[in-house]
Amino acid sequence: MTATSVLPMAETPGPATPATHRGSRGRRKRRLRDVAGGQLYLVGAVACFAVFSWYPMVREFIMSFQRTRRGVTTWVGWGNYMRVWHDPSFFAAWRNTALFTVLALAFGYALPFVIAVVLNEFRHAQGYLRALVYLPVMLPPASALFLFRYAYDPGAGIFNRILSLLHLPTSQWTQSTTMAIPSLVIASTWMNMGGAILIYLAALQNIPGELYEAAELDGAGLLRRVWTVTVPQTRLILSLMFLLQVVATMQLFIEPLILAGGAGVEDSTTSVVYLMYQHAFRQNDLNGAAALGVMLLVVLAGFSALYARLSPKQD
Amino acid sequence: MRTLISPTRLNKRAYRVLVALTVVLFTLVFIGPLYWMVTGALKSGQEVAQVPPTLYPKHPQLGNYAEAWTALTIGRLLFNTVWYAFGALAFQLVFDVAAAYAFSKLRPVLGRTILGLMLATLMIPATVLVIPQYVTVIDLPVLHWNLLDSPWAIWLPAVTNAFVIFLLKRFFDSIPDDLLAAAAIDGAGSLRTLLYVVLPMSRPILGVVAIFSVTAVWKDFLWPLLVEPSPGNRTVNVGIYAFSTGLTQNVVIAGAVIAAVPTVLFFLAFQKNIMAGLTTGGLKG
Repeated sequence: MTATSVLPMAETPGPATPATHRGSRGRRKRRLRDVAGGQLYLVGAVACFAVFSWYPMVREFIMSFQRTRRGVTTWVGWGNYMRVWHDPSFFAAWRNTALFTVLALAFGYALPFVIAVVLNEFRHAQGYLRALVYLPVMLPPASALFLFRYAYDPGAGIFNRILSLLHLPTSQWTQSTTMAIPSLVIASTWMNMGGAILIYLAALQNIPGELYEAAELDGAGLLRRVWTVTVPQTRLILSLMFLLQVVATMQLFIEPLILAGGAGVEDSTTSVVYLMYQHAFRQNDLNGAAALGVMLLVVLAGFSALYARLSPKQD
Repeated sequence: MRTLISPTRLNKRAYRVLVALTVVLFTLVFIGPLYWMVTGALKSGQEVAQVPPTLYPKHPQLGNYAEAWTALTIGRLLFNTVWYAFGALAFQLVFDVAAAYAFSKLRPVLGRTILGLMLATLMIPATVLVIPQYVTVIDLPVLHWNLLDSPWAIWLPAVTNAFVIFLLKRFFDSIPDDLLAAAAIDGAGSLRTLLYVVLPMSRPILGVVAIFSVTAVWKDFLWPLLVEPSPGNRTVNVGIYAFSTGLTQNVVIAGAVIAAVPTVLFFLAFQKNIMAGLTTGGLKG
């Protein structure tokens, strides 16, 4: 179920007889018009990319070495970087973002794959379960997060109620320094897991059944078949989703903002993007925010480059 | 189709138990919270803060929903979001379709380089560039226009979606050149060919692009938070966050429920297309 469903249903046209009556001069004119026309189609998109994408990319680096105060812009070298480095929340922000990314991977990366593998075996209720897991993805994130904020409430929340009914220790969730990031991970996984599950399911459906048969004939057990057939056959998509998830989770922002009011207790949920937001729009320090942006850009670009070197090549 | 476990070897009873357990567990995990949300919003301010929480509202208060509707100006938020989302879609359909068509069929000068530069932006997540983009939007280069608080601040940056261009170009590539040549011989120019030959064949991919682009605007948070600061211009996602301060828990939850209703309906209506579209994004297993 790859791109087949969207391929155009083109009927092969019969052999076209080229028009020969047109003079070479007319043809050249037409060619010229076509070349100009080709460029014309690009104008809108190129203008938008130039203004809102390429230029900002360059500008981020420039801004990070400048300081604008009362309308006067001066070059300050590494000054902005030093200032954000000495921000008391700087290390907390990076630590929280890294912790969130790692936990989201440990929890939110393997789980959708396992669920997809199990769902793929189901001959019944698969449509219902697919729709269920994808439903949270469609909710506006703020709606879903308000729901979690309500559920995490240490007193009136449902989570502590369930834990106490099961005679398990309750938690302060987002208001605790240790459980804050895991709380964000749980909410974020619930909200985003459906997309990954559906993508894995599509990949699993492309695995030829003979491979499983052959493995079974060779005496491979269930887990062995998962490890020697399922995983290698979905290797490309697994590694692509790994990259996409790391890049997405490093941009952590709305979860801490709504669940923990941004910084949380003792900076326990401050993220890099939240710190960037604070610098830009609370401390009126757009240049410091740009420096943070460059740092995040370098980390993510470095990660992508590393990934590109280590990832399996498309056969 | 043969999967991990052979149908002949399948333990029927174990399979049935597993399916039933999964259905119950998933319903609890994915519908349970929604139940909690809808009923939580019906509780009184006192009941919603009660320890331990009640399982269902003792005295359901529909008034909470009415209060949320007015306090959060949800009608206005929904209208704004639809306006931004469909405007963004319109701009993407015009500019990105034109560009992808040119890249695929017209071989423009420097086409490969420009396409490469566009695709390169896929490696850079939007959030990282939010600061220079914001500075650009409040003072456009050369023109010195301030797009803050105008829909253009969402519409125009939406065009810079390299993934959409990639999807469209790949689809256009699969349309045989013979067909376009035939149209050209019949005297159709490149625009006429696009409108009457290429686009009618491209309905499936245009549907995918439409769903992507509308949900992207609907779910975006940081960008609309920055560029639509006036209360009257907020999107649903930003609005229920921004207006929630100072409101009681039950009213906020009611607002979150109302804000979620249109997307849930949208999902139920277009479920097949959304789920099929999700897997067309060049994600070959």
